[in-house]
Amino acid sequence: MSLSVFMFYLLSGIILTFSVLSVTTRRILRAAVYLLFVLVATSGLYFMLKYEFMAAVQLTLYAGGIVVLIIFSILLTHHISHRFKRPETMNLLMGIGVAVVGSGVVLATLLTHPFIASNSPELPVDMSVIGNQLLSTGKNGYVLPFELISILLLAAMIAAIIIAKKDKNKNSEI
Amino acid sequence: MSSKIYDFSSLTGSIDAALNSWMSPGLAVLTELVIIGLVFLIFYALLGLFLVYLERKVCAVIQNRVGPNRVGKWGLLQTIADLIKLLMKELIPIRKADHLLFVLAPFIVIIASFMAMGAVPFAKGLHVLDFNIGVFYVMAVSSLGVVGILIAGWSSNSKYPLIGAMRSGAQIVSYELSVGLSLMAIVVFSGTMSLSGIIESQADGWWIFKGHIPAFIAFIVFLIASTAEINRGPFDLAEAESELTAGFHTEYSGIKFAFFFLAEYINMFIVAALGATVFLGGWMPFHIGNWEGFNQVMDYIPSIVWFFTKTFFIIYVIMWFKWTFPRLRIDQLLTLEWKFLLPISMFNILLIAFLVLMHWHF
Repeated sequence: MSLSVFMFYLLSGIILTFSVLSVTTRRILRAAVYLLFVLVATSGLYFMLKYEFMAAVQLTLYAGGIVVLIIFSILLTHHISHRFKRPETMNLLMGIGVAVVGSGVVLATLLTHPFIASNSPELPVDMSVIGNQLLSTGKNGYVLPFELISILLLAAMIAAIIIAKKDKNKNSEI
Repeated sequence: MSSKIYDFSSLTGSIDAALNSWMSPGLAVLTELVIIGLVFLIFYALLGLFLVYLERKVCAVIQNRVGPNRVGKWGLLQTIADLIKLLMKELIPIRKADHLLFVLAPFIVIIASFMAMGAVPFAKGLHVLDFNIGVFYVMAVSSLGVVGILIAGWSSNSKYPLIGAMRSGAQIVSYELSVGLSLMAIVVFSGTMSLSGIIESQADGWWIFKGHIPAFIAFIVFLIASTAEINRGPFDLAEAESELTAGFHTEYSGIKFAFFFLAEYINMFIVAALGATVFLGGWMPFHIGNWEGFNQVMDYIPSIVWFFTKTFFIIYVIMWFKWTFPRLRIDQLLTLEWKFLLPISMFNILLIAFLVLMHWHF
C-alpha cells in the first residue's frame, strides 16, 4: 500500500468516524468540534488532489468561518451542563432508515457508474487563472453566477443588520 | 542577479538523494517527514525559550530595569529554569468541566501554529510548504487557532475564561479582515500569492520601498491588525489579567498552560515572519534597483541572516507596542477595526489596484 493510498484511507476514516460522532453526541459543543474535524479532514483530501486553493477555501470558510460562528453562538446560548435528551426510539429508527437508504443510493450510483480515466492534460489551478475565470464574460465565464451570489450576500447582510438594529421606540422603554 | 546567495535546496536535495539511495521511496518520504518534524520541534522549543527571554529583556529595557540576570550568563538560563518548573507542575483536573475538550483545546491552538509555521520561508531553498497560494494558506490555518481559544474558554466551565474566549473570538474574527486585506495589497503588487514568488518579486527592492505610500500604509495596518490577531498587548483583552485573572487559560496549569503560552509566542514569530516576507523581502538581501556592485556586496550576507534580522526587527516592534501602550477597552478595540482599519485598508487596496493598472509602481 503506497503512502497516498494510506493517507486517503486515514482521511476518509477520520471523516466517517467524526461525521457519525457529530450527530450522535449529546453535547452540543462536542458536535461542533467533531464537525470541525470532518471539515479539516476534507480539506486534507483537497490537498491530496493538489488543489490547494480549494483546500484553503475549505479551511477559511468552513473550518475558520462557519465553525467559529457556530461555536460562538453556542458560547452565547448554552450552558456547559446542557445535554440533549435521547431521541425517541421511533425517530431514531426512522433517522437510521433514511441514512441507510440515502447512503445506499449514493453507493449504488458510485459503484455502478463507469469512471473513465481522463487523458486530457492537467488544467491549471493557479490563482490568477481562477480569478480571471470567475470574472470573465466569455466562454465558461462565471461573472453572472458571481454577481448573483453577491446580490444574495448583500441582501442577507442588509437583512441581518435590520434584524439586529434596535427599534428606537422600544429602546426607550427599556 | 541573486546567483551568489547560497541555495539550501542543494543541501536538502542531497539529503533526499542519499535517503532514496538507502531505502525505498515510501520509506524515504516517511524518514524525511520524521526529520522535518524533529527539526521543527527543536526549533519550536528553542524559539519559544528565546522569545520569552527576549520579551523579558525588552520589557526591562523599556521599564529601565536589568531584567533576568542571575541564572546563567545574562540570565540566559532563566527561561530554561522556568520551563522545568512548568513541566513539574501538577495538571489540575477540573470537576464539572468538559474534560475531552479541555484537554483538546491546547492541541488545536498549537497544531494551527505548527501548520502555519510550515509555510514560512526561512532562507533561499529552505521552505517546507511552497504552495501557489502560500499567503492564503497561512491565513487559513492561522484562523483555526481561535477555535482552540473558544473551546478552552467554554470547556473550563468558569466565568473568566468564558468572557475571555468571547472577547478573543470577536477580536480575532474582526481583525482577520484587516490582516487579509493588507496582505492582499502586496499580492496585488506582486501578482502572485506564493510566498517564494513574492520574495522573488522583491529582488530589485522590497515592496515597502517599491510600493510607494500605499504599501507603507498596508504595512502599518498589518502591524496593528496582526498584533490584535495574536492577542498581544495593547489588544490582549482575552487575557486581561487585571480584569479576568488570566482570561481563557485561567483554569489551565502545568504543561497545558505552557502550550498556550508557547503557541502565543510562536504565533508572534509567524506573524513577524509573514510581515518580513511580504513587506520586507523575506530572505532577499537589501537590493537597490540596478546598483550591481552594492547588490553583490549585500549578497555576501547569508539569506538566513537577512530573514531572522527582519523577523526579529518586527518582533521587537510588536514587543515595543505591548510595553508602551495601555490596554484598550473592548468597544474601542472593535471601533478601531470596523470604523478605521477596515475602511482604510479597503480604500488602500483600491488605490493599489489603480497604481498597478497604471504601472506607476517600480
